Amino acid sequence: MISKTHIGRQFAPFHVDVEAGRLRFFAKAIGETNPLYVDLKSAQSAGYANIPAPPTFLFSLELEGCDPMQWLIEFGAEPARILHGEQSFEYFAPVCAGDRLTFNASITDIYDKKNGAMTFIQRQTHVTNQQGQHVANINATLVHRNG
Amino acid sequence: MWQTSMRPWYTEMAEHSLHHLQVGDSLPPLSLGAINRTTLALYAGASGDHNPIHIDIDYARKARMPDVFAHGMLSMAYLGRLLTNWVAQQKIRSMQVRFVDITHLGNQVICTGTVIERLEQNGHSLMRVSLKAANQFGEAKILGEALIEI
Repeated sequence: MISKTHIGRQFAPFHVDVEAGRLRFFAKAIGETNPLYVDLKSAQSAGYANIPAPPTFLFSLELEGCDPMQWLIEFGAEPARILHGEQSFEYFAPVCAGDRLTFNASITDIYDKKNGAMTFIQRQTHVTNQQGQHVANINATLVHRNG
Repeated sequence: MWQTSMRPWYTEMAEHSLHHLQVGDSLPPLSLGAINRTTLALYAGASGDHNPIHIDIDYARKARMPDVFAHGMLSMAYLGRLLTNWVAQQKIRSMQVRFVDITHLGNQVICTGTVIERLEQNGHSLMRVSLKAANQFGEAKILGEALIEI
């Protein structure tokens, strides 16, 4: 079982650089062909400073600095019993290649369902850019099957 | 058709057409090809999600799965494409999903969305859109919502 004493736990902040090559690789992997997501000039003519990160790429950037498997194991979880239950993003400003983002994450809730058969772990991450601008929030709900 | 000197066609289209959308209207759907092992290997590398359950059949079998299966976040990325094919990305205020079922090899993901509400928030006109990623058999894999600024 995963202890509820982890609720409120803050993770050490970390920085991640947004790289153009990585964004192009991600675009290829998800079948994105709009030139805006791979070509600097197209991105700039659409009003971006550089190639923008597609909506879900923040999840990948966060993974670079903090793999949930690591802290979940530390919390007592077994990797093969973890499911990704829910995911959300709130967007406040664009994220583009060349940005350096800072991730501040904390555990917002841990609760059981189905008489303890499953434990839900919620984490929220505030993301700011190199100008200190709050660009996004990332929320993840991970599920540990205890049974 | 893509010229760097012109404004993106979809921006003008979106700005022009969003105001006319009503509750119940559908977004242009996005249909993907069948998920194969290459899709998952590429997504693992590009996304940084190296969980072997998605790329290593031996690991998957040890975890009592018949085979590897798709990353949930791959289909969420497809839902992101559904939205950005339709509106400029800056219009997306939020996106939230629930992963309701595993997406298997051979599944052809179909992303759909429907306007479910028009609302005002802090002086902004917004649309709430329901999101669904299903396979070719109509089985829902991801359900969710997005808030879009009009």
